[in-house]
Amino acid sequence: MTITRNKNRLLLASLALLASTALHAYEPENTECIAPADPGGGWDFTCRQVGKTMQDIKAIPGTLQVTNMSGGGGGVAFAAVVNKRSDDNDLIIAASAATATRLAQGAYPGNDMSQVRWLGSVGADYGIIAVAKDSPVQSLDDLLAQMKSDPRSVAIGGGSAVGGWDHLKVLLVATKAGIEDVRTVKYVAFDGGGEAITQVLGGSLQAYTGDASEAKGFVDSGDIRIIAVLAPERLEGDFASFPTAREQGIDVVGANWRGFYAPGGMSDEAYDYWVETIGKVYASDEWKQSMADSGLAPLDLQGAEFEAFVAESVSSITDLSRQIGLIK
Amino acid sequence: MESLNSLLNGFAVALTWQHVFLALMGCFLGTIIGALPGLGPSNGVAILIPLAFTLGLAPTAAMILLTSVYYGAMYGGRISSILLNIPGDEPALMTTLDGYPMAQQGRAGEALALSGVASFVGAFFATWGLVFLAPQLVKVALLFGPAEYFALFTLAFATLGGITSKNQAKAAFAAALGIVIAMVGVDGQTGVPRFTFGEVHLYDGIDFLVAIVGLFALSEVFLFLEHRGDGTGEGKQASVGIGRITPSWKLLKSCTPTMLRTSFIGFIAGVLPGAGASLGSFISYSIEKKLVDKEGTFGTGDPRGVAAPEAGNNAAAGGALVPMLALGVPGSGTTAVLLAMLLALNITPGPLLFISNPDVVWGLIAALFLGNFMLLAMNIPMVGMFVRVLLIPPRILMPIVAMISFVGIYGISGSTFDLMVMIVFGLMGWVLRKLDVPLVPVILGILLGNNMEDNLRRAMTISDGDWSILLSSPLAIGLWLVSIIGFVLPILLGGIIRRRMRRDEVGAVQD
Repeated sequence: MTITRNKNRLLLASLALLASTALHAYEPENTECIAPADPGGGWDFTCRQVGKTMQDIKAIPGTLQVTNMSGGGGGVAFAAVVNKRSDDNDLIIAASAATATRLAQGAYPGNDMSQVRWLGSVGADYGIIAVAKDSPVQSLDDLLAQMKSDPRSVAIGGGSAVGGWDHLKVLLVATKAGIEDVRTVKYVAFDGGGEAITQVLGGSLQAYTGDASEAKGFVDSGDIRIIAVLAPERLEGDFASFPTAREQGIDVVGANWRGFYAPGGMSDEAYDYWVETIGKVYASDEWKQSMADSGLAPLDLQGAEFEAFVAESVSSITDLSRQIGLIK
Repeated sequence: MESLNSLLNGFAVALTWQHVFLALMGCFLGTIIGALPGLGPSNGVAILIPLAFTLGLAPTAAMILLTSVYYGAMYGGRISSILLNIPGDEPALMTTLDGYPMAQQGRAGEALALSGVASFVGAFFATWGLVFLAPQLVKVALLFGPAEYFALFTLAFATLGGITSKNQAKAAFAAALGIVIAMVGVDGQTGVPRFTFGEVHLYDGIDFLVAIVGLFALSEVFLFLEHRGDGTGEGKQASVGIGRITPSWKLLKSCTPTMLRTSFIGFIAGVLPGAGASLGSFISYSIEKKLVDKEGTFGTGDPRGVAAPEAGNNAAAGGALVPMLALGVPGSGTTAVLLAMLLALNITPGPLLFISNPDVVWGLIAALFLGNFMLLAMNIPMVGMFVRVLLIPPRILMPIVAMISFVGIYGISGSTFDLMVMIVFGLMGWVLRKLDVPLVPVILGILLGNNMEDNLRRAMTISDGDWSILLSSPLAIGLWLVSIIGFVLPILLGGIIRRRMRRDEVGAVQD
């Protein structure tokens, strides 16, 4: 009897021990990545490519399952994570500058950035401002001078809606250049960067605002000329010959970053695990190749640093959106 | 000749066992995807992207698989349009107008075979157009600014009257309803949500596939439920004959001019970014009706009314590849997905693509030729199999239609909200059918309404609210003239014809 009782006690003790280790060390099981859009979009590729790299470098056991949850420009997925899966330790969600923009503008009704935990970035697509090759505008100064003297003569097109990231990049530049009423900046929204570039080539628009990777084909062919790159320093490769806005005295960095957030109730252990895993992906040669292939520039922020970066961009977008009257 | 040499090199790329197998698989899957209501070319391609990723396919192989699915879906969409009056995807919408009446007359086999041939003709000419004209056609796309696009979409709506209904007012009401539905969602020109009622699911607007499946497929199921298969109403109870499963030479010959004309029109519509296959099939049908429909047989099972949209939408599918490859601008929803895939494969579409990645481009074009022949070879013999769908009793068929609709829509978005929206559209379709309001203009409103509005407002922003920008180029003026003629002529002529017919009747009585 006593032996069995002791045995039982031992068993209980070891079970308790097991349970407590399980509480402390997080073991990923069925890992999942939500892409808040249909297959084929930017967030979908972020999930799939990062997931593939995680498997290749064996940073996670098994595979990272990708779930598409489209709607509301990412708002449906955000709400689902906050309301239904808040304590899921195996879940990460793809995000980008568009996520921060919409959070800042209250476009995810009832949600804000503090409801989730921000994990890290895996790269950025820097903004550019470009004109057609035969345009009289030669530099960012030329364009800004024209925008100041005759704001209605400059129509700038981009691939995002009014108040979206492509629009805000131009406004950031305009504000820095001393244009006080940014509402005078004439922005025309298109359904994608390519459509806007075609209109620049066709002569309907005077300038284009977008991401470096979107414009690459036209830059290589010489159809458009980049007058400013919104990066901290010159980009590598084909873009190295184009000056940054900073060089021209306008200190604006516009990065369309790609990264991940996690449910707000994720345990600290799991959070640390995912931050570290995304760091491993970023440092791997496989990911460097993926970045080069898809035209992403470096942006290496993880954990608290990344959280601060998102918070800072949300607050500056909030200010700007208030100025243009998009939010009250 | 340079193009031909490159094309031969392309065939060398395409004719490997792996590529031929992928093309075959893509064509087959595409046909099935196109035929199932709720799965169209764009999400058909999208759901195969993960497959291409998992298989670790090289860029050329991945593109061959995905474009074969694209072409296959364009073929497949007609099948359920003709057999069930439910468009398999949005470009096959116009095929219901004459295809389904043909099936009701016991000529389903003929309609399917004829539309297969028309699809082939459209795709075949479009692929040749891609070979020879891609670089030049890009310049046409550059002529279209927001003002010209607005005129083009106005043209589409102006020629709408009389296409789908004898009652013009009902057609106009239906189109207006579609435009209202298109307004739901965040407005791109101001960033403000409209008609969303704080519901985050509505911020992206209403997916037209959800609307199509609801309006056509579910309302059909509701009608069936209402009559409980007692043989009344317009359910599927009418015994629909199969008829011959190969079209006669005489029929093909009589439709040849139609197919050639609409291939051309569809191709041009496809080349314009933002217009796409739906506009291609729509304009093909309406122009062809204006040109050859002297007896008013379009809409009652005229074979030319089947050939026109099918040649038109397949040609548009080929045409849409021109701006995608040569400009990096997607001309349709499907090419937008293909474009994303190209970018992920480190291939930058754009003016230099033909020079920097000739193996991908020409391999792809050669695969399109190959796929097109495969599709013809696959589709004609399969007509006999497809038409057997009609022999399934409605009490079994209708639950299957309902199930496929739900699975298809949920499978894409994973959202139960979309299912609710679909049911609402199903009920709306049921009410509209009772009121004899045509459903096709509703879908056209949803498909084209946003584009029309966006382009008007872009033009207005550029001109600072000066309306004269709408008439600022010869191209725009030309498009406006065609729209006005297209709108006014049927009204005037309709009156004259009706009067003459009345006079004839009166004369007949007096005799």
